[in-house]
Amino acid sequence: MSGPDPRPVGEDDLHALIDERLDPQRRSLVEAWLAERPEQAARVAADRETRLRLRAGLDPIAREPIPARLRIANLQRRRQTSIWRPVAAAAVLCLALGGIGGWVTARGLGPAPVVSTMLSEPATQDAVAAFRTFVVEAAHPVEVRANEMPHLVSWLSQRLGRQLVAPDLRGLGLRLMGGRLLPAGSEQAALLMYDDDRGTRLTLYSRVGTAEGRTVFRFAREGDVAAFSWVDGGMAYVVTARTDEARLLAVAESVDAQVRGLPAPKGTTQERP
Amino acid sequence: MDEIATLIEPQIPGLRRYAVALLRDREAADDLVQDTLERALAAWPQRRRDGDLRAWLFTIQRNLFLAGLRRRGRAAPQAGPDVLDIVPDRSSDPAAGLGLRDLFAGLDALPEDQRSVLLLVAVEDMSYADAAAVLDIPLGTVMSRLSRARERMRSFVETGRIGLLRRVK
Repeated sequence: MSGPDPRPVGEDDLHALIDERLDPQRRSLVEAWLAERPEQAARVAADRETRLRLRAGLDPIAREPIPARLRIANLQRRRQTSIWRPVAAAAVLCLALGGIGGWVTARGLGPAPVVSTMLSEPATQDAVAAFRTFVVEAAHPVEVRANEMPHLVSWLSQRLGRQLVAPDLRGLGLRLMGGRLLPAGSEQAALLMYDDDRGTRLTLYSRVGTAEGRTVFRFAREGDVAAFSWVDGGMAYVVTARTDEARLLAVAESVDAQVRGLPAPKGTTQERP
Repeated sequence: MDEIATLIEPQIPGLRRYAVALLRDREAADDLVQDTLERALAAWPQRRRDGDLRAWLFTIQRNLFLAGLRRRGRAAPQAGPDVLDIVPDRSSDPAAGLGLRDLFAGLDALPEDQRSVLLLVAVEDMSYADAAAVLDIPLGTVMSRLSRARERMRSFVETGRIGLLRRVK
């Protein structure tokens, strides 16, 4: 630019000064103007400080790692099942309203994950409470250990009145530790616990549900505990862990496939293209 | 990594920051960002190649936020307790004057159009022209809203009282 900007100082200049958008030449002109006007200068100083404090206050959010559910790859994968979204939303609503009647999505297709922040579904509340109670347990995390597997499965199946399956999650780095029986209103619930090499524990909670049919995966989070829940074939299932959504979703998909007698999906969702 | 992710993901931290500032609730903010990204992916083929990607994403997000407000029928979201925890409170520092908590209360007391101008320009470092595009208003209106927003924030900081400002409900 040649020569100083001849325009008189305006309010837009003052904002641009506060927002650090003036070129050096204009900036010194505006600063010189302000030096003779203490009242205006004080206003600018106050606005500047407010700006800096707002930035400092909000900046930590922008420095956080991007949550798994906001990763473009994960969103794109979900979009492939997006034709099910309206049905999915209806199913979630139905479940939240008390689970009168199930919504059947197409069998053979996995349910589309629906992200919800509600912890309103009773099975999820109970499952998260059970998770919190038993994962911290060092001496007796489970009643029956996994080395008594046939007994564990037949015992829990008998008490719930349904044939249960203890899903094999070793492909996801999770070993079955064992299980226990829990009260669930007038019924019983089964809690299976898994852990990985780093000691992260995960629970699979299942009980006989009131809703028939099949719902989508619902995500819920309570503090650092995340859960995916769904209903299928008259059973309510909840997987709960302190882990990221992508890993938990992979677990939910694998459990869902195995309880329906389908081959477990290979690998984790993160490893898929 | 695919091209769309390479282009969009660098904008996600800013979208989350703007969402938290608007909603003051971490989960709801990430829900809003997720909706935004889903819309963006759906509309990606129709995106104008010459347009600014960041402005486009922020436009989608703000429109979804406004649609959400209309659905809920209220204009001023309440500050969730959790969001305040992530904001360092310097109210114990006498040099800082009002604590950040109070500064955010002042921000919440602004009408949404003024709050968004201030956030986009002062926090997101958006140019006045891009802010005008996001808010779909002329550049002159951006400047006048910015003036009003700063004036109200200033008087709020000086008096330290929300009561002097009419809270928009």
